[in-house]
Amino acid sequence: MENKDLKELKVSAIKDGTVIDHIPAKNLFKVISILELTKIDTQITIGYNFESKKLGKKGIIKISEKFPDDRDLNKIAMIAPEAKINIIRDYAVVEKKTVAVPDYIEGIIRCMNPKCITNFEKVVTRFDVISKTDVNLKCCYCEKITDQDHFELI
Amino acid sequence: MKNKSLISIHDYSKEDYFKIIQVASEFEKNAGQASNLLAGKIVATLFFEPSTRTRLSFESAVQRLGGRIIGFSEASSTSVAKGESLKDTVKTVSQYSDLIVMRHPIEGSARWASEVADVPVVNAGDGANQHPTQCLLDLFTINQTQGTLENLTITLVGDLKYGRTVHSLLQAMSYFNPKFRFVSPKELKMPNEYKIFLDQNNIEWSEHEDLNLVLPESDIVYVTRVQKERFSDPIEYERVKNAYVLHKSMLEGTKSNMRILHPLPRVNEINVDVDPTEKAYYFQQALNGVYTRMAIISLILGLK
Repeated sequence: MENKDLKELKVSAIKDGTVIDHIPAKNLFKVISILELTKIDTQITIGYNFESKKLGKKGIIKISEKFPDDRDLNKIAMIAPEAKINIIRDYAVVEKKTVAVPDYIEGIIRCMNPKCITNFEKVVTRFDVISKTDVNLKCCYCEKITDQDHFELI
Repeated sequence: MKNKSLISIHDYSKEDYFKIIQVASEFEKNAGQASNLLAGKIVATLFFEPSTRTRLSFESAVQRLGGRIIGFSEASSTSVAKGESLKDTVKTVSQYSDLIVMRHPIEGSARWASEVADVPVVNAGDGANQHPTQCLLDLFTINQTQGTLENLTITLVGDLKYGRTVHSLLQAMSYFNPKFRFVSPKELKMPNEYKIFLDQNNIEWSEHEDLNLVLPESDIVYVTRVQKERFSDPIEYERVKNAYVLHKSMLEGTKSNMRILHPLPRVNEINVDVDPTEKAYYFQQALNGVYTRMAIISLILGLK
């Protein structure tokens, strides 16, 4: 209980909304960007560089009165495959979601190959996901691999 | 294969390879006879970068089948120079033709073209990515010289790092239980991803710096060009450049069925004294390119 209380002190509880936990700290701000949190006017609590046994350093985001849709969740999965999402109603967790890296993605990520056609013409990027732990994407156009460390969001 | 674009060697199955080999063999047997299979058909050859050999091979294939050709051999004289997108160029040309053969310096351009064109597209090279008809003509040639594709020892020599030809061949041959011997300067070694691919498929491979050590066991010796510009240290290039040149004297003690292939153009990596030997097979390989492309075009157009 003591630990839990300490955690509560670090990031305050929300009444209704979404809690996204277990975001790799280095990708926290990308998640913020994907969810376009700078554009919303409800209360948001962001925790950065929290200790995590699994991730080393992690980030956490609590968004009041917002519930991201599947497309946004897919985007999160690309850069935070271990993220846990809790849906909160009246201070209680009513639904737990994990993000799942899909087998195939369209758009979202830029192909890291500068010689790829998708970086020359208006082509929606398409990737087969060839590894889901360290997420590796194979471009359906140039067939080169874009790895997690080189993800650049469109 | 009917109406299906050929963009990557991964688009075709083992069965497709055999079908192409079979049809190419028919064209080879009937080489002297005129064909009208493509009568009334127009094939567009869009070469956004020059590749004389590949373009002429395709155009020879179309002409031998009685088809007609429209196209260009470099982009500077086209609307691309005016800023037209590849999408618009390809979409437009697909209204004029029954099939598009395209070469383009940008990787992935061929897949994109196949998605916007109203007719099938055959990739004749998209930058450093894919050149599937080269790989299929290599398979045809290996089968022709060995009578089989199964259980062969294939030695790949030269630039194994950047050479898309050897990478495609390695993947296509993986269906046929080969053994690979890689001979290259250390700067141009086979990339790890392909070694992992071979390991995953339980295919034996080994790396060597001395070509002489692996020649006696080889069924196929596939030579590629070692380009000076690939070396960060020009002194290193000078040191190794002659280590990967095949001479007639080195052929002593090799297997009678061994044949030497090369995607051409050759510079000096196969000495001309090898040319008159029965083991030199690279010019027949070039001829096979015509038969293989005849087969691919007629299969895609549903004429075979």
